[in-house]
Amino acid sequence: MMLCKLSLKNVKKSFKDYAIYFFTLILGVSIFYVFNALESQTVMMNVSEYTSSLIKMMMSMLSGVSVFVSFILGFLIVYASRFLMKRRNKEFGIYLTLGMGRRKISIILFLEILFMGIISLFIGLILGFILSQLMSILVANMFESDLTNFKFVFSLSACVKTIIYFGIMYLLVMIFNTLSVSRCKLIDLLNSSKKSEKIKLKNPYLCTVIFLISAFVLGAAYYIVCYKTYALREVTDIIIPIIMGSVATFFIFWSLSGLIFRIISSFKNHYYKGLNSFTLRQFSSKINTTVFGATIICLMLFITICLLSSCLTIKNSMNANIEKLTPADAEFSVVMNMEKYYDDFKSYGYSDSQIKNSNYTVIEDFALFDFDILSYFKDYIEVNIYTTPDLTFNHTLGSKLEIVKSKFPFLDYDDSEAIMKISDYNKVAKFYGIDEYSLKNDEYMIIADFDSMVEIRNIALKNKESINLFGHTLKPKYDACQDGFLEMSSQHINTGIILVPDDIVKEEYLYENHLIGNYKTTDKKEITKIENDIRKLEKNELVTTYLLPNGNTKLSIKEATVGLSAMVTFIGLYIGIIFLISSAAILGLKELSESSDNKERFKMLRKIGVDEKMINKALFRQIAIFFGLPLILAIIHSVFGIIFAINILEVFGNEELLPSIIMTAIFIILIYGGYFLITYWSSKNIIKDK
Amino acid sequence: MEPILKVKNIEKYYGSRFSLTKAIDDMSFEVLKGEFVAIMGASGSGKTTLLNVISTIDKVTVGKIYVGDEEVTKLKGNNLNKFRREKLGFIFQDFNLLDTLTSYENIALALSILNVKANEIDKRIKKIARELQITDVLDKYPYQMSGGQKQRVAAARAIITNPKLVLADEPTGALDSKSSKMLLEKFKYLNEEMKATILMVTHDAFTASYSNRVIFIKDGKIFKELYRGDNTRKEFFDRIIDVVTLLGGDLNDAL
Repeated sequence: MMLCKLSLKNVKKSFKDYAIYFFTLILGVSIFYVFNALESQTVMMNVSEYTSSLIKMMMSMLSGVSVFVSFILGFLIVYASRFLMKRRNKEFGIYLTLGMGRRKISIILFLEILFMGIISLFIGLILGFILSQLMSILVANMFESDLTNFKFVFSLSACVKTIIYFGIMYLLVMIFNTLSVSRCKLIDLLNSSKKSEKIKLKNPYLCTVIFLISAFVLGAAYYIVCYKTYALREVTDIIIPIIMGSVATFFIFWSLSGLIFRIISSFKNHYYKGLNSFTLRQFSSKINTTVFGATIICLMLFITICLLSSCLTIKNSMNANIEKLTPADAEFSVVMNMEKYYDDFKSYGYSDSQIKNSNYTVIEDFALFDFDILSYFKDYIEVNIYTTPDLTFNHTLGSKLEIVKSKFPFLDYDDSEAIMKISDYNKVAKFYGIDEYSLKNDEYMIIADFDSMVEIRNIALKNKESINLFGHTLKPKYDACQDGFLEMSSQHINTGIILVPDDIVKEEYLYENHLIGNYKTTDKKEITKIENDIRKLEKNELVTTYLLPNGNTKLSIKEATVGLSAMVTFIGLYIGIIFLISSAAILGLKELSESSDNKERFKMLRKIGVDEKMINKALFRQIAIFFGLPLILAIIHSVFGIIFAINILEVFGNEELLPSIIMTAIFIILIYGGYFLITYWSSKNIIKDK
Repeated sequence: MEPILKVKNIEKYYGSRFSLTKAIDDMSFEVLKGEFVAIMGASGSGKTTLLNVISTIDKVTVGKIYVGDEEVTKLKGNNLNKFRREKLGFIFQDFNLLDTLTSYENIALALSILNVKANEIDKRIKKIARELQITDVLDKYPYQMSGGQKQRVAAARAIITNPKLVLADEPTGALDSKSSKMLLEKFKYLNEEMKATILMVTHDAFTASYSNRVIFIKDGKIFKELYRGDNTRKEFFDRIIDVVTLLGGDLNDAL
């Protein structure tokens, strides 16, 4: 009972001293709950079958992310508790000298963590429950569902999951703490408050050299990711600049810790003003030992900033693109004349009868399934795509092939190009309400909207590469690709369609038939019913005999986009917030764990007559530098990281970055700034003379 | 001679209404300009409390204390800090040097919080370092120095602002006898050559024998005062020992 009382008292005491630790535990628990309880928030919304399958997928991804998150949180909790242990060494030393066995100390620790765990889980789950109700508003907003039948939901499964995951984490902490108590010697425990850390200044020349080298390496890494993006052919290639960047970050902090002091202390007038010398020394004495920590925190902040801003950008641009990219209600296509490429299609898994029966248009195909698609359409058009093995990507690039190949060796250059009659395309353009074009008899043009492909094609077009088609030689009308597309999609994915004069096209090269139409009805429910009927055709037994046309409809694209953007947003938010909390909490705890040393120092300052105002200013500056330095470097990293992300993600369209950067900044100011202020207030409290 | 420090009928109580401890019980004395006064007493006699109330770290319950013309018992808030950094110099038993700063920076801090210019700081530190023989250790950190060196650095920090009164709390408490002797010789030098007024608290008769006057306190009251007059240090030491014997066993453990 004695032990129980002792540990309860300790918990109470540390609750005051380590508000940050508790705050972080509670926040961790509640965020974990919120994201795992998302499913129960979506249950009450009335969404289509398709959307609910998307939500299921999102949930399984989120639970995968949760495992990762629990690793991060577990690391954070173990790390934080070791800080706290270190500070309490003397207390344990006293217990031991009083004759208390190590076993009993372990029991005290065990009980402490048990109490702390129960309290933090309890408060965290309550907070999580409240937050998840707010989350439903966000979820409903994303899936464009109404909240008319809103009710408070408590997810038991998420609650149990949170308790199990955090239970394991707390168990780990118990094991670590017990180990560290049973291993240490009494004399070390009692003397641990005596600082043995020696302050040594690093050689300034070495620091300068290392700083310059690491700045150079960092610059090179930035250059590779931002301006040599196309040279990164495989996922593994990106690892090299990441390692370069991380190592350079470490050495920049290492050398800066030596340099900053040298530089500022050489400005004597500034250095010997007020408490400047004290503040700077405080900082430099600490950064010597926290270079590694600062590196980790800087990198975590970097990931957070990139993750938050790019996930918000992706979401915004996906939603913005979609109206432009789905100008009609539905678009269907079916491949024709498959027999010509028999071997290819056979290997794709098409049956012999499907290949033999591939000479029907979309409308005819639907009719074979006893489905009258035209009866649902108010208006429609039919167009054709042609291909020939005599016109592949190789041929379009002409004399520029080798240059392009050396730069992008992983593209498939033997792909046949899609060819379209100019009149067919203009029909589509008129239907979609986009630009129409005209061609002379000896001219061709390319329409494309996939940016990196446009860039490659423009190399050849600029060079006026002519093509040979069906016995005619055509020269390009424009020296660049023109904007346009045939297939509806959520993104700009048209890699290029060759438009040619109608007369030269031979019907025997017909490859694909497209049907584009608008429904008679505008009611969402009726449209959903039509499309569900079409989807049901997949279960018809005729699908093995005949080809069922592929469809892209406005509604399905929209739902897919919403699902994808919700997934990206939630995963980004989840990881981003956890990283942000973790790094801020580590910084705060590190600062607070040193506050006992600081307390002595500030006491001395008070004795020689330093004002409270000056002391608070010095403390504020000290903590601000400590929090600010990793953030500044992380922001510099992020500028280039975001440029890289934009390059990679340009399929999603380059929507304006500013709003998402502002959102990210708000997140960082709220969470990181909040931790900064709490740290400042708590350490002000600790150094206060009582 | 004008008095630098006037202590008038001060009392200091600790504890609640029901268990009252009188740490200082109606004490009055004066310290004149240029004096070197030692206050002696056993543990619990109230000498540290006395130093704390004079240095405004603690407040008196009753009575008044003047430093120069200023009534320090009336000072509040930032005026207290201002008074402390401008009028007083401190030397503590455990040195109270900042472990992150070099000796030079420790001494400079006392001036930089008074907004003294950097080149003026440099001139004054060089001068005082020569006088206290700490020029060699100016670039060292506290952990690299001996106790005696640390205490001389602390003395330099206390004296560099030309304070009206230097307060020393058991300055030789953590020093070996050789370092103590050297430090006390420096105190004497500061007192005689630089005209510093020093009030030192000690329980060590040898340390006290370097002063001009010793005030003995017991149970919060002044028990006896000894003036050195024309005595040599040795003779003064013997007289102090006599009083210590008279005080009884209380101080014996401290000898």
